[in-house]
Amino acid sequence: MSAMANPFPQAPATWRLPDRGKVAMAGLIIAESAIFTIFVVAYLFYVGKSLTGPTPREVLETPIFYTICLLSSSLTIHFAAKSLARERVGAFLGLWVLTIVLGGTFMYGTGQEWHRLIYEHGLTISTNLFGTTYYSLVGLHAFHVTAGLVMLSIVAIFAVVGRVQGEQSRRVEVLSMYWHFVDAVWVVVFTVVYVLGR
Amino acid sequence: MSSNAITIPGVQIDEKPWVDTLHEWVTTVDHKRLGVLYILYALLFLVVAGVEALIIRIQLMFPHNHFVSPQVFNRLFTMHGTTMVFFMGMPILFGFANYLVPLMIGARDMAFPRLNAFSFWLSAMGGFLLYFSLVGANGLYGAGNAPDAGWWAYAPLTARAFSPGHSTDYWTLALLVSGFGSIGTAINIIATILCMRCPGMKLNRMPLLAWLNLVMAGMVLLAVSPLTAAQFMLLIDRYLGGHFFDTQAGGSAMLWMHFFWIFGHPEVYVLIIPCFAFMSEIIPVFSRKPIFGYPVMVAATVCIGFVSMSVWAHHMFSVGMNSYANSFFTITTMAVGVPTGIKIFNWLGTMWGGKIQFKVPMLFCIAFLFQFLTAGLTGIMLGSAAFDSQLTLSYFVVAHFHYTLVGGVVFGVFAALYYWYPKITGRILNETLGKLHFWLFLIGFHLTFDLMHIPGLLGMPRRIYTYEPGRGWDTVNLLISVGGFIQAIAVVIFVANLVVSYFKGKKAGNDPWDAWTLEWATSSPPPAYNFASIPLVASRRPLWDLKHPEDPDSRYE
Repeated sequence: MSAMANPFPQAPATWRLPDRGKVAMAGLIIAESAIFTIFVVAYLFYVGKSLTGPTPREVLETPIFYTICLLSSSLTIHFAAKSLARERVGAFLGLWVLTIVLGGTFMYGTGQEWHRLIYEHGLTISTNLFGTTYYSLVGLHAFHVTAGLVMLSIVAIFAVVGRVQGEQSRRVEVLSMYWHFVDAVWVVVFTVVYVLGR
Repeated sequence: MSSNAITIPGVQIDEKPWVDTLHEWVTTVDHKRLGVLYILYALLFLVVAGVEALIIRIQLMFPHNHFVSPQVFNRLFTMHGTTMVFFMGMPILFGFANYLVPLMIGARDMAFPRLNAFSFWLSAMGGFLLYFSLVGANGLYGAGNAPDAGWWAYAPLTARAFSPGHSTDYWTLALLVSGFGSIGTAINIIATILCMRCPGMKLNRMPLLAWLNLVMAGMVLLAVSPLTAAQFMLLIDRYLGGHFFDTQAGGSAMLWMHFFWIFGHPEVYVLIIPCFAFMSEIIPVFSRKPIFGYPVMVAATVCIGFVSMSVWAHHMFSVGMNSYANSFFTITTMAVGVPTGIKIFNWLGTMWGGKIQFKVPMLFCIAFLFQFLTAGLTGIMLGSAAFDSQLTLSYFVVAHFHYTLVGGVVFGVFAALYYWYPKITGRILNETLGKLHFWLFLIGFHLTFDLMHIPGLLGMPRRIYTYEPGRGWDTVNLLISVGGFIQAIAVVIFVANLVVSYFKGKKAGNDPWDAWTLEWATSSPPPAYNFASIPLVASRRPLWDLKHPEDPDSRYE
């Protein structure tokens, strides 16, 4: 290799490449978007095609409070990551835990809604096309929120024992990208299920 | 250049016990070893699915043949198609991407080595899960063993009522698992190419192989994910009583077709684009000229990537879409021929006026050009909705896509294996056996797949397990089967060549073909760390610059 060492005098003075964590997360988000797109298309395609009730108009209630919770968690995680980049670990931990609480509240809301639909209205995944498409689309999103909460909690545990410092801020930003994606998907799911689908 | 590996003089390294070697291979995160594992695993499935194809051809040799039962025939074509696409085509191309991309861009490994190993084992387990259905799919019903709903598994064939037992579940889970592996590998390839390039390796200096694999990986993200989503829906239908594809509850079988082909058509470009990449690396070296029209090649590939995302419903002209949809998908299908044509002209332009060396890899490349062009032309024929209505679901379609996948992908893969085998093993594949393999395979291929167009035009439907005598199909079918066996003999010669040359082949040295890309700058096989010092690059052909310091490419770029 010594012969190869530097045959080219025009070596660039600075050589900067994108962060591989962010690029990979962007790739994952593209793939996940395609998965959600298919479920959204199926939902829209089957709106109003159920042969039996209950229909979305009869049973769905718009979850405004829980939506506000989830969307504001995007803000808290953004400022949490910023705080970490500025080495303000205390502020980071506070905002990070707040993000988990907001995400957890949203999941509680989903659980409440599903409990109500199943026990009061008898709507399950096998009841009709609405049930099939509703539970799979909202459930797919809820699964992603849950996965995000698990990852956020792991970071929180590391932060509590003092292992998350400024040098981890790029990794935390990768996780924050995922969380923003989950929130953005909720905007689509909300629009499709609670606005257009009724 | 002398060997690149660091050797410590006076130190004798003892031979390791085979258990240690096996353990190293199973737990490896080295991109080269994973690449080799991918390729070996794919070659295993090439043989398995090839044997399935031969059994199909024995059954169709004569009218009213009873070599296998209709039920077994259904399982055979389902397993043949599924295996060839998911467990031969994708893994072998991922294997080459894994092996070559980091070497070509001057990196020491992929961006995420452990994700790489995880993805490989997911894909591998997917393949074994599919074949485990032979043992495990009977279930309580005693019905069916291997999946038998065809590789596209149209609804309602996959519903519980029509697929009792667990065979369809094995199919679904195998594809889901290997799909996750594919998405992981695609993310890894993208991150490697964008984030791991050696200093000076700007995007417009990357070898075309890296560029084309970047496009391929992007397409995997967008194409395999819909299949994953559709498999989730099928699982929900089968296990949770959902109604996605259940027409009795208002569901639609058409929806599955759309979801499957949104995956299925880009998938064939996922398979062929890496073969375009092999052509773009091998043809210049054996024509002793740099690639003609590098920027246009990149643009055409990106263009194919975009356009091929909007052609899927040309697989569905006969299911009753409206005339606007038919016209749209006819036009987009025709449009994808334009960038593909540009590529073919560029390869011809590369060969034009070059000092062509007819070594075995180049022979496979030249055959690829002719065959892929022909396959493209029958593709244009089938892309026209009016013509397709006559010929869809006939042997003409079977001939067309085997022309692209065997005449294109398999020939491309053979070219790549002959070209990079010296880098992977340090030995050159035997040239005489290679030429014998090439000519036999070429004759067998044309006997089988040229003739296969004829029964299609005469109206022979695909997937029938036997046929009446006296319809003009008999002799042609016999010849098609004979061609299949000639190809099998050629593959046996190839496998023998792989084994014999591994032990007795001519030593390759670092750079047996006098090539120009970075993988030839390191030793054969490369050390675990690839490059002792990270190379610097000033042009598209770094090794040319090194070999010709008086006239480097960098002067003209």
